[in-house]
Amino acid sequence: MSFEKVLTRYQDIPGYTGTLDAYEAQGGYQALRKALKEMQPAEIIEAVKRSGLRGRGGAGFPCGVKWGFIPKDSPKPVYLVVNGDESEPGTFKDRMLIEEEPHQILEGIVLASYAIGCHQAFLYCRGEFVRGARMLRRALDEAYAKGYIGRRILGSGFDLEVVLHRGAGAYICGEETGLLESLEGKRGQPRPKPPFPAISGLYRCPTVVNNVETLSNIPHILLRGPEWYAGIGPAKSTGPRLFSVSGHVERPGNYELPMSVTLRQLIFEHAGGIRGGRRLKAVIPGGSSSPVLTEQHLDVGMDFDSLAAAGSMGGSGAVIVMDDTTCMVRVGEIVSRFYHHESCGQCTQCREGTAWLHKTLRRIEHGQGREADLDLLLDMCDNMKGKTICVLSDAAAMPIESYLEHFRDEFERHVRERACPFGEGSGD
Amino acid sequence: MISLATRQRVDELVTRYPEKRSALIPILHEVQAEAGHLSAAAIEWVAGYLSLSPADVMSVASFYDMLEMEPVGTHMIYVCQNLTCAMLGAEKLIRHLEGRLGIRMGETTPDGKITLRRMECLAACGAAPAIQVDGEYHDQMTPEKLDALLDTLQARSNR
Repeated sequence: MSFEKVLTRYQDIPGYTGTLDAYEAQGGYQALRKALKEMQPAEIIEAVKRSGLRGRGGAGFPCGVKWGFIPKDSPKPVYLVVNGDESEPGTFKDRMLIEEEPHQILEGIVLASYAIGCHQAFLYCRGEFVRGARMLRRALDEAYAKGYIGRRILGSGFDLEVVLHRGAGAYICGEETGLLESLEGKRGQPRPKPPFPAISGLYRCPTVVNNVETLSNIPHILLRGPEWYAGIGPAKSTGPRLFSVSGHVERPGNYELPMSVTLRQLIFEHAGGIRGGRRLKAVIPGGSSSPVLTEQHLDVGMDFDSLAAAGSMGGSGAVIVMDDTTCMVRVGEIVSRFYHHESCGQCTQCREGTAWLHKTLRRIEHGQGREADLDLLLDMCDNMKGKTICVLSDAAAMPIESYLEHFRDEFERHVRERACPFGEGSGD
Repeated sequence: MISLATRQRVDELVTRYPEKRSALIPILHEVQAEAGHLSAAAIEWVAGYLSLSPADVMSVASFYDMLEMEPVGTHMIYVCQNLTCAMLGAEKLIRHLEGRLGIRMGETTPDGKITLRRMECLAACGAAPAIQVDGEYHDQMTPEKLDALLDTLQARSNR
């Protein structure tokens, strides 16, 4: 089946700059005109439910269902918070959407806000995205000037303010309640759930938190219809998805595809195969939190459910490809160093667990590991999962368990030979 | 210490939010942009402005990687050390930078011009190994490209 790009169709327009004029020239803001004129908020929620759109940030939760959790006729204000804090290692698609097609995000924001009854939306942009914040600022100014955002949008009775908010560097602020804390001017420490943000979110008011890519889909769903959207890809993982492919492939980059694509097609057809014709060793299919897959899994579909059935997850759509020069203990050392650095520190299992995981993996990689360390790692992982306020602890433990499951002999060899068989710092 | 221009931007920032504490991180960005880092006096000023305790502001500021509690160089070089970049040579870049500048990651050159910083995934894995210099991305870096970049930076700050 031929697939026509949706979110990244701008890539085929030479010299495209993401300005308002350029976006309008390809049909931008038509969905907003149509929705404000012809659709009631409840109809929009219904359409998004029927489209089957699932969140593109990591959890894959059905977007329309999430919107439907917002209480009707809430006496408190309702907020939309946009998660543009992309920081799951391996992921670089939201940054691309922010820098290249900011109006698509803004149109999605206005539509989502109209649907849930929000009059002030907050766009949280990762602090390191300096150019991205600049592009969003420009796009916001253009949209305000043209009446797509502000008072009485396009002559309707709908008002919306959109506030651009820059983060300051903390992975945990990608977790939705950590993000809300950060937006309230606090340390980005996740909140216990329930209550979920739909009931008590920003300033303890009903709040929807949506990812940048998720919202970019909304204009297309409303303009071309939920049935068209639901017809793309597998029945339960509908619509196009951006896959960020990186690592040892010939053509790293973002690939927009239906989720019916297999891991093999993604790596070998789209990303050009393994660099230098080397052999594939391992693939992280959904960001560094996702358990690793190997050659035997290459025919798995890249939809949420098939990846879960294969023992991993679709996560953020970040596919990190590793060839046979890669040391999996070194990978574990790097991944655990990251989660140790990013643990917010409020739960003991995570704060201590990520530190000990990193310490233990580092000593194995550097030839000081002990035989008992392998089971010790598994024991630590077991103590870290399902026991904390947010899933960062699980996200740190799951990949390490999977490296041990698929590459235990490599860990044993490090211990036995008292050195890294690939040479320390492999990859340099 | 806080210029009138910064003060005006800060005054505007707090009007954007239903609760003014939400402006804390944007305010810290503004104050840091002016002074290069957040001094104890700056933290106190921000705390006073938002009616928070300095310890409260400090606890927030110290949580975020991009907020600097100590003076840093005129130019800030972030090197991504996360997985894809590490697989494609980030440590080699780090050794090269440290060797050429004679400082370790996390330090600032004695002339105060350049600070080196290890960073986690910068969302540039498709262009690994990647670095960011003063907020701008530099893709698929090599020691040679680093040399050219450092030459430009050093020439610029000598002007």
